[in-house]
Amino acid sequence: MAKSQVSMKVNGKVIEALVEPRTLLIHFLRDQQNITGPHIGCETSHCGACTVDLDGKSVKSCTVFTVQANGGDIRTIEGMANADGTLHALQEGFREMHGLQCGFCTPGMIVRAWRLLQENPNPSEEEIRFGISGNLCRCTGYQNIVKAIQFAAAKLNGVPFQEAAE
Amino acid sequence: MIPGSFAYHRPTSVKEAVGLLAQWGDDGRVLAGGHSLIPMMKLRLAMPAHLVDLAGITELKGIRVEGNDVAIGAMVTQHELVGSELLSGKVPLLRETSLQVADPQVRYVGTIGGNVANGDPGNDMPAVMMCLGATYHVIGQGGERRIAARDFYQGAYFTALETGNVLTAVRIPMPPAGHGYAYEKLKRKIGDYATAAAAVVLTLSGGKVATCSIGLTNVAETPLWAEEAAKILVGSSLDAATVKKAVAAAEAITAPASDARGPAQYRTKMAGVMLARALERAKARASG
Repeated sequence: MAKSQVSMKVNGKVIEALVEPRTLLIHFLRDQQNITGPHIGCETSHCGACTVDLDGKSVKSCTVFTVQANGGDIRTIEGMANADGTLHALQEGFREMHGLQCGFCTPGMIVRAWRLLQENPNPSEEEIRFGISGNLCRCTGYQNIVKAIQFAAAKLNGVPFQEAAE
Repeated sequence: MIPGSFAYHRPTSVKEAVGLLAQWGDDGRVLAGGHSLIPMMKLRLAMPAHLVDLAGITELKGIRVEGNDVAIGAMVTQHELVGSELLSGKVPLLRETSLQVADPQVRYVGTIGGNVANGDPGNDMPAVMMCLGATYHVIGQGGERRIAARDFYQGAYFTALETGNVLTAVRIPMPPAGHGYAYEKLKRKIGDYATAAAAVVLTLSGGKVATCSIGLTNVAETPLWAEEAAKILVGSSLDAATVKKAVAAAEAITAPASDARGPAQYRTKMAGVMLARALERAKARASG
């Protein structure tokens, strides 16, 4: 099958490549571009480990053809740190609040939470839980992931983080 | 999981898309959001030789009021349905339903057109469209057809769509101001298809039901329009005895499969429970 020429921005850098139309975005990123932050968990659009940001939307890159992302603007966990190399507030939140154990879901969680906070900079706990409901974590029970996102929201809003009483 | 090979096409107009599809017959498939089709292709349950992606066609976007109807372009995503102030005001049932479709990532990409056209009895929008009395605009080589949602579904994955057709828009008559509505969905977890679900739109006059329409999701090979159950409710104050009769009439038309979501009898009963809850919530929301 003839290959298609694609061009897209990934973490601010323009990438041009030839791909088969059937190449899924997750395989393109990981196998052809060596961008291995987005993980393959279920590969059936359930777990969210492969989540990347595409043109302002959180998408499961296992269920998008690379050709569909042609001309797009993609951000993965590799593009999350601040320009000066310091951790993004979300990354810091996941570290400070112990938002991960094995870490497999974390790149997808952080990229998804990043979009959530763009759309809703001050989400309630319920809104956070609903907002990350497309991302599965089998270690933490989500409690500390929610705290990590609350930590990041507070930091980005310039207010002190107050942990809710349990 | 890697899909079979295909050629990818990205037309910029409906006319071009229809022309492309006409060349390949059953070897061509339309790609909308892809969140039903791509998983099927990964499992090689679908192996189209040509995919026609509708994403580049701007005329398939947008939500507009046209007379007494709202017209929604086929490529409007669930996320856009949720965010539409126009719909929240005029047809709030759509927002309530969209929020129960899949998960955030899928809602960013999944489209109204794909959801209603695919013919999957698990999809939520078809029963809602039957409930609302929606009409689908369908274009093929022979021109445009307008097909009532209530006449569209023939069996699991079998619809009134013919080879080479493109569903371009969904047209919904706006329910009157003050109507009550609800979509009640029982699911095992977020992202799951319904074990059973019920959509209700009703109007009240002097505390009695003036009009009522009911749709049921995933309790038969097709979505169901529970016409008889709705008729039973008209003229009543939704008292317990009448609701019980209507619930029995709705349960009677279900024919669910026994699967991982439960045995058939359970799913039928849950359709009844979802209907009773939806009626209660719709009543509380209605004025008049």
